[in-house]
Amino acid sequence: MPRILSSIVASVAAVFVLSSGAFAAAPIKIGALFAVTGPASFLGEPERNTAQMVVDEINAKGGIGGHKVELVVYDTQGDATKAVQAANRLIKDDKVVAIIGPSTTGDTMAVIPVVEKAQIPLVSCAAGSKITDPPKKWVFKTAQNDSLAVAKIYEDLNKRKISRVAILTVSDGFGSSGREQLKAHAAKYGIQIVSDETYGPKDTDMTAQLTKIKGGQAQAVICWGTNPGPAVIARNAKQLGLKLPLYMSHGVSSKKFIELAGDAAEGIMLPSGRVIVADVLPGSDKQKKSLLAFVKDYQKHFKAEGDHFGGHAWDAVMLLKGAIERGGDTPSAIRDELEKTRGFAGIGGIFNYSSSDHAGLSKDAFVLVEIRNRDWILVK
Amino acid sequence: MHFDQISQYLLSGLSTGAIYALIGVGFSIIHNSTGIINFAQGEFVMLGGMLTLFFLSALKLPLIIAVVLAIGVATLAGVVFERLAIRPMKDASPISLVIITIGGSILIRGIAMLLWGKETHAIPTFSGNDPILVGEATILPQHLWIFAVTAVVIVCTKLYFSFTISGKAMRACAYNRRAAGLVGIDVKRMVFFSFAISAAMGSMAGIIVAPLTMTSYDVGVMLGLKGFCAAIIGGMSSGLGTVFGGVILGILESLGAGLFSSGYKDAIAFVILLVILLVRPQGLFKKGETERV
Amino acid sequence: MHRIDSRDKKKLFRHEWVKFALFSLLIMILPVLFEGGYLLNVFIFVGIHTLLAVALNLLLGYAGQISLGQAAFFGLGAFASGILTATYGQNPWLMMVVVAAAVGLLAFAIGFPILKLKGHYLAMATLGFGIIVYIIFNEAVELTGGPSGFSGIPNLTVGGITFDSDFKNYYLIWGVTLVTILLSLNLVNSRIGRGLRAIHDSEVAARVMGVNVRLMKVQIFALSAVISSVAGSLYAHTMTFVSPTSFGFNFSVELVTMVIIGGLGSIYGSFLGAALLTLLPEFLRAFQDYDIVVYGFLLVFMTMFMPGGLVRGIPSLVQNLRARIGGGASDA
Repeated sequence: MPRILSSIVASVAAVFVLSSGAFAAAPIKIGALFAVTGPASFLGEPERNTAQMVVDEINAKGGIGGHKVELVVYDTQGDATKAVQAANRLIKDDKVVAIIGPSTTGDTMAVIPVVEKAQIPLVSCAAGSKITDPPKKWVFKTAQNDSLAVAKIYEDLNKRKISRVAILTVSDGFGSSGREQLKAHAAKYGIQIVSDETYGPKDTDMTAQLTKIKGGQAQAVICWGTNPGPAVIARNAKQLGLKLPLYMSHGVSSKKFIELAGDAAEGIMLPSGRVIVADVLPGSDKQKKSLLAFVKDYQKHFKAEGDHFGGHAWDAVMLLKGAIERGGDTPSAIRDELEKTRGFAGIGGIFNYSSSDHAGLSKDAFVLVEIRNRDWILVK
Repeated sequence: MHFDQISQYLLSGLSTGAIYALIGVGFSIIHNSTGIINFAQGEFVMLGGMLTLFFLSALKLPLIIAVVLAIGVATLAGVVFERLAIRPMKDASPISLVIITIGGSILIRGIAMLLWGKETHAIPTFSGNDPILVGEATILPQHLWIFAVTAVVIVCTKLYFSFTISGKAMRACAYNRRAAGLVGIDVKRMVFFSFAISAAMGSMAGIIVAPLTMTSYDVGVMLGLKGFCAAIIGGMSSGLGTVFGGVILGILESLGAGLFSSGYKDAIAFVILLVILLVRPQGLFKKGETERV
Repeated sequence: MHRIDSRDKKKLFRHEWVKFALFSLLIMILPVLFEGGYLLNVFIFVGIHTLLAVALNLLLGYAGQISLGQAAFFGLGAFASGILTATYGQNPWLMMVVVAAAVGLLAFAIGFPILKLKGHYLAMATLGFGIIVYIIFNEAVELTGGPSGFSGIPNLTVGGITFDSDFKNYYLIWGVTLVTILLSLNLVNSRIGRGLRAIHDSEVAARVMGVNVRLMKVQIFALSAVISSVAGSLYAHTMTFVSPTSFGFNFSVELVTMVIIGGLGSIYGSFLGAALLTLLPEFLRAFQDYDIVVYGFLLVFMTMFMPGGLVRGIPSLVQNLRARIGGGASDA
């Protein structure tokens, strides 16, 4: 026991000394938890790349208030146990002042008790609404809530006077959260879900589900998943000659989806962050500057198209940067300043945090796009 | 319930089942000549798809050459794996060999990830995307390729095992390795052959499904598992038994998804699998063997 | 089989006690070395994994019956404890016992038909069982929270002490683990343990010697399920969050790997295997994306050169390597 006590005293003292500015040149340590490998690596990899890229840029410009930023990234592999271990390591060993990530809702829910107890601000890059609903003191998020994407699709259905839909969701964290939101908001828009199907993240053929949907009453199909599942579904739908309008989720809003689905992607509609249509946005759009900078940067560094997953990490780093510039680099100051963020135009949308809203985005964060000639067009 | 729906479920199940069968036969061949369950079998499937993609897009080779090269390289990988990790382990317990193949599969997957990244990639279909009507149901030209390749492979294996010296020798190893050794069969060489054949088969399966299912460094895990199930239902036969095993599994899945619940479709398939195992522990298509003491 | 006379037996017995006492002492003083760092947290998971590995080793190492569905029992314990305490507000300790008993009964019930199978078929059947349970965790969203997991599980409490820090949880979990190790050591050195090993060597011979083979296999299967369920409950109350991904096929395979890498039929080996496979990823973090390759390589390498597992492996590793480098000359 005395050992523990002394170490607590020591760390408290260390925090005290650090915050009083005795080590002016000491770097600011920010932790990051991303699912860089494993089934969610399509999220974790661009997030890791982007976060590192942004931090390097900040340092090249002299850091934040004269302090260099040091980013410590650990891989969670999309596994709750590993995420908790890594979070503990970031807090206890690396002594970070704030944490970015994790990439998935499951990992985030797992580390929330850890950061709440250690009182370290967490800016999650996962989409699940329950991360910040109800709001938790130390937990923020940058990814748009699924409910916002659902609202975008349902509004369009109302416009087209479609009321009976079939939903086809993937049975992982992303899909089950989408399914929950699709069901929860349907009644509000006068929409009836006539068919509720799922598929496994590694499934290779979804003709069975689509055949069932085809034989039912649905007037449109909404599919909620991340690559490659939705691309298989698009192709299967084409094979079966399914003529219903097909909506996808923001989970596939990258060129990769068009590449995978090929011709079958034509005519598919989906809600998306603005990043994929950055170049066609009107000049008055507040986000345009951030978006173009991010897209150009990512292209330069990684020879790949920056997608909105990387954007979540971009937003997280920039939000932290803003908070540290305003209030210093202690965990509690960062938290307090994060909560005061207003009108920050990031990649995911325009962030307005408050004590009752730690997600910070409105449904304007999404636009509805349609795939035409292997490219995106805005649906008005 | 409409007939056209049922026929689509059956047809879809049949085409996924054919893939499971092709992968399952690879499991059986290695198991029969070595007693090993090769958990790295799925990785050869992955290698087939990824290598074809690599030769197609990075080296811009024509499809047929890319396919041949991919099969060649995947076979080489299988042979190297046998040489480095299996052959030195001649006295190892079966369970250590299982762990070695699991370790090997992680290793191969890891190397593929480092070489080609984590993204999913599409491969062009061999002969177009226009659906073909079969009664009320539809399939794609690629499915015909799958049926054809599976049929050819099964017939070739049957011929090989029945009519060639090395095929017969391999069968002798399957019955009794010691006795086979005693009558002068080079058991080591047979093990070597079995790895080469099943790696080639696995990669072929990977190549013909990739245009339908896309490919990435981690597709091997699930496909390998399904192939393993097909082989078990078929009683670890390297012929028709495993084909039926794969087709039964594929049809159970698609009927389960279509008629009951798509969320529980794999669970339905596995419950039926368990029942099959409990009623006929030796597989559906094999006569019971007396236990050796 | 040779007879051990009673004096030898007593000596053996005392030897075991000394070993256990030293091991416990080591475990008890370990936290002092970590000084509250993150390794303390990792060692909590080493404890949980040791519990699971010991349970599986009783089945795999002693009775020779493989299970590729062990993560299912672990997950059932974790989810049932979590749901009953968080959603229904039941007493956590009481529920831990009730859930373990229920999981044990379930294992007993499915054990009778399943353990009739042998070898690969048994592997397949347990694997199938594991996948079915995993699918239920994922699909029963109302109950389990589905793929995004289940949170808000309370910490355990005992008379005013809440187990809410790594330090307290370390002693809680290792307390349970040490008791389990002690009981397992007793079990394998008892009549039952000898019966199990007889089954492992030859079921027919065991039957001839008067061992009720079928019942004994099922009992040990149920026992390993009960221990795994308790491990699951402890995991749930320590993490306060559970999600299906932690209980999938991969974890079942990882458990089998722990037992084999540690050493089949050695209780302390299970600890070594669990410790190695839990700590390894922490050290491999330095390799970043290369960690999966290094992990795979180590797995192959260790199985090849330490066929008896870590517990007997270090001496034989040296020997093997020497023989290999010595080449053909020493073979002849």
